[in-house]
Amino acid sequence: MLQETFSDGNSPIHRLDPRARIVMAALYAFIVALSNRFPALLVACAFSFVLVGVSRLPILELAKRIAVVNGFVLFVWLVVPVTYPGAHLFSMGPLTVSQEGVLVSARITLKSNAILLAFIALIATSSVATLGAALGRLGVPEKIVYLLLLNYRYIFVMEEEYHRLVRSTTVRGFQPSTTLHTYRTFAYLVGMLFVRASERAERVYMAMICRGFSGKFHSLQEFSFSGRDWIWLFCTSVVLLVIGGFEWVR
Amino acid sequence: MGEMKNVIELDRICFSYETGKPVLDNLTFALPKGEKLGLIGYNGSGKTTLMHIIMGLLKPSSGNIRLGGKAVETKKDFLEVRRRIGFLFQNADDQLFSPTVLEDVAFGPLNLGKSPKEARKMAMETLEQLNLLGFENRITHKLSGGEKKLVSLATVLVMQPDALLLDEPTTGLDEDARFRIEALLNSLEISILIVSHEYDFLARTARKIYSMKAGRIVFDGDASTLHAHLHRHPAAGYPHDHERSDFETDQE
Repeated sequence: MLQETFSDGNSPIHRLDPRARIVMAALYAFIVALSNRFPALLVACAFSFVLVGVSRLPILELAKRIAVVNGFVLFVWLVVPVTYPGAHLFSMGPLTVSQEGVLVSARITLKSNAILLAFIALIATSSVATLGAALGRLGVPEKIVYLLLLNYRYIFVMEEEYHRLVRSTTVRGFQPSTTLHTYRTFAYLVGMLFVRASERAERVYMAMICRGFSGKFHSLQEFSFSGRDWIWLFCTSVVLLVIGGFEWVR
Repeated sequence: MGEMKNVIELDRICFSYETGKPVLDNLTFALPKGEKLGLIGYNGSGKTTLMHIIMGLLKPSSGNIRLGGKAVETKKDFLEVRRRIGFLFQNADDQLFSPTVLEDVAFGPLNLGKSPKEARKMAMETLEQLNLLGFENRITHKLSGGEKKLVSLATVLVMQPDALLLDEPTTGLDEDARFRIEALLNSLEISILIVSHEYDFLARTARKIYSMKAGRIVFDGDASTLHAHLHRHPAAGYPHDHERSDFETDQE
């Protein structure tokens, strides 16, 4: 279901302190999302490609991820150019393609791909466990960090329970169709899933209490912020300044 | 009852859920130091309830609990119980909540106030003791059923408890995993109370076997005696058929 395809590796990016990577990715995503001019966006795309190159990720897996996002981008291209008001570019039958619409679509394409690639290179290269601990060290509230970690831990268990429930309906001859019986069955399934989740949460909490839990989480993870991390942070800052320069300096 | 001979003592414990008849009815029981006891009984006979009461997860309606001869009453007393008694839940997925094995095993020691360095060391030592070296960075939900159970045991043993309570430790495990758990339990020198449906497993791990009946605990006999003859047992769906009638006396 969820696989940490990219988290194993020994590239220079994998070796960076996860905190540095989170900071880099977050700043980068903000700046790119706020940029609109094409030179700035092209610089961003180039930097994203550099990051992906340095992180030495498996190309095929990477292509799969990119394909998913660009599926949505494709819809943007189908809809936005013909619906966005602006200067007439050309007509296709009853539809009129506007210049502004095409530009907007192009921006969305560049931005989403640049941010996605950077996140894959910087964030997907660490495991969720490491990511959680790093977020905690960066001052993200403990509750949010553990929401992330416990969700990640139990989403598999919930998936298993869901499949168990679905199987039990299948072996009794249930075939989904558009009937009230189908809707009711799915409602029962979802309801039962909630009931089980809540009961499990209770048991997990009891098990934690039995091991001395008293509301405070402690972490084992230790990070070391080295010279290499500073160098990467510095380089990223320079790239961000260049992007910002193209965007805001006239 | 001797002051320090028993790790835990229950004295006339009564408990019932909101509706229905009492699950535990004036139950009296003691887990002696270093003793390995098995507890067998029907579904719903109150075995798990009993363990939850010992750990302070449920509150009895009447009766006393003593830890090492000292009465356990307040919330703080139960913190001490949880420090000294390890409880293995029936379902390992309830027990293992951390992303990695090492973090889960270190969770207890960290709660006891150990430094991350100490906690890591204790966790590694426990994993080594259980032949689980190399598992420390494994993702807990990706372990097999048997591995999950062993890691759960590690998360409890790392706290160096005086006693272990095991709730159906072999449910859903294959032979191989069962043997590993069995060997491990036999190698431990602390008090153990094992709740199980599986008579054979109990006979190989516990020295004395009790059963739950009508809200009370009844002594069945020495595991060796019980196992020596062709045994039949209520929990296995057979009528009781032991050689000596004196087995069926309340252990007081």
